[in-house]
Amino acid sequence: METLNDNRLIVSASPHVRSQETVASIMWTVVAALIPAVLFSIWQFGVKAALVYAFCIGGAVGCEYAIQKLRGVEVTIDDGSAFLTGLLMAMCLPPGLPWFMCLFGAVMAIAVAKHTMGGLGYNVFNPAHVGRAALLASWPVAMTSWTTMPSVLDGVTSATPLGILKQQGFEQVVAVFGNSGNLLQAMFFGTRNGSIGETSTVLLLLGGLFLIYRGIINWHVPVSMIGTVGILAFFISGQGVTGALFHMMAGGLVIGAFFMATDMVTIPITVKGQVIFGVGAGLLVMLIRTVGGYPEGVCYSILLMNCVTPMIDRFVQPKRFGVGGERA
Amino acid sequence: MSAVRGLWQIFVNGLFESNPIFRLALSLCPALAVTSNVYNAFGMGMSVLFVITANNMAVSLTRKLINAKVRVPVYITSIATIVTVVQLVLEAYFPRLYQELGIYLALIVVFAIILARAEVFAAKNPIIPSMVDGLGMGAGFAGAMVLIGVIREVIGNGTILDIPLFGPNYAPALIMILPAGGFITIGLLIAFFNHLTEVRKQAREKLALQEGGETA
Repeated sequence: METLNDNRLIVSASPHVRSQETVASIMWTVVAALIPAVLFSIWQFGVKAALVYAFCIGGAVGCEYAIQKLRGVEVTIDDGSAFLTGLLMAMCLPPGLPWFMCLFGAVMAIAVAKHTMGGLGYNVFNPAHVGRAALLASWPVAMTSWTTMPSVLDGVTSATPLGILKQQGFEQVVAVFGNSGNLLQAMFFGTRNGSIGETSTVLLLLGGLFLIYRGIINWHVPVSMIGTVGILAFFISGQGVTGALFHMMAGGLVIGAFFMATDMVTIPITVKGQVIFGVGAGLLVMLIRTVGGYPEGVCYSILLMNCVTPMIDRFVQPKRFGVGGERA
Repeated sequence: MSAVRGLWQIFVNGLFESNPIFRLALSLCPALAVTSNVYNAFGMGMSVLFVITANNMAVSLTRKLINAKVRVPVYITSIATIVTVVQLVLEAYFPRLYQELGIYLALIVVFAIILARAEVFAAKNPIIPSMVDGLGMGAGFAGAMVLIGVIREVIGNGTILDIPLFGPNYAPALIMILPAGGFITIGLLIAFFNHLTEVRKQAREKLALQEGGETA
């Protein structure tokens, strides 16, 4: 009878080796990577930003709980995915957005973008960006009113740099910040106006690099997306390297490229597909910024690329070993 | 008594079980296009109610005279005639509605639900059941339109029939009166009706199982 209890011989179906990664570990690691930028934004914009964070996250987690109860499925609010969606959405919103708009965006993100598709892992579109897009369509004025930030940081209070660029041209952007060196410095460290969590390029970059180091995202999407924007801006902004650096750090590009365009659910599976995704999103960003009606297009460009993700996946399907090809 | 009950069944069928928009998913185009406020939605619903009922009666009356090969052109001619009547009446007495419905009024001619009921029901049934079917389908369509219209106008404009509901400080969610809001509203309502149907089906199966158990 002893052999039956012997653990050394186990017969089981594959998989035999499991990764230690879980949904919860991934989600909370991403949240951790965002914390520096979040703290900076609360310092920068004050209570207003903290309230937007609170309502977006509270709304997203509450909505997830309510819908999972309604659907009669396991409640998974502690896995952090709804928390992360709320957090990312809040980071793309202007500080001082009224509470009910935050809740509306959270419901759109969780209920409409995520759960009508079947829940975590089934959504076609990035929920945080769907929430933002719905808010922009609903309250265009509130979503583009940038409350001036308190001057704790000695930063420049004005419309967003991209907003000025759209309306008054690049010279005016430079003029607001003094000279182009100051401008780039403000873009890099975040002493400028913008959506809550998108201002500080350096902290978002640190978070992104941390995620790459931990193997949660790979570098292909962010590099191809930001790189495409940089190369295009170098040639068409008319400002050479300054224009390229400006466009690469402006708006929601850094947070979008590192944290939204790398969402495992809504981007292609293969590396080749992910590069196509990144380049396509970068092209759309520059198209919207230079030709389109909006000052910024990261949100729409990522949502549009989410649309074509299944098609990209189909075209870059790797060949299985031993299938097709010439006969030797 | 059973004849009345049969007719009632036909009527109710159009309201819920085979609701044109939520269950049959026919005529989604007007459900998206003219439901951004209750007034237009109701006007369109009533127009379709009239057209579908009158057309069902006409098709049912002539069902033995029409050669099956040319039935669709005949139906379309009949629908077009009735729609023209509706158009002229609306233009004369409800000019605002006529203006706002615009091209969609003329497009009633090609609404799938009207042709479908002529083909599926009126061509095979006598005039009274056909009329009741038209009334039921029309009422189901109008009810669905008004429901969508109420949701979209209340959230997207803060009003109902142009009467402000929430006071001057309400900032309406514009997305709901844009096409995107129409799609979201209809999608969620269809999901809700599917859920209701599923619940009712399960209840019925449970009942049948219990009754089966008792007889056995």
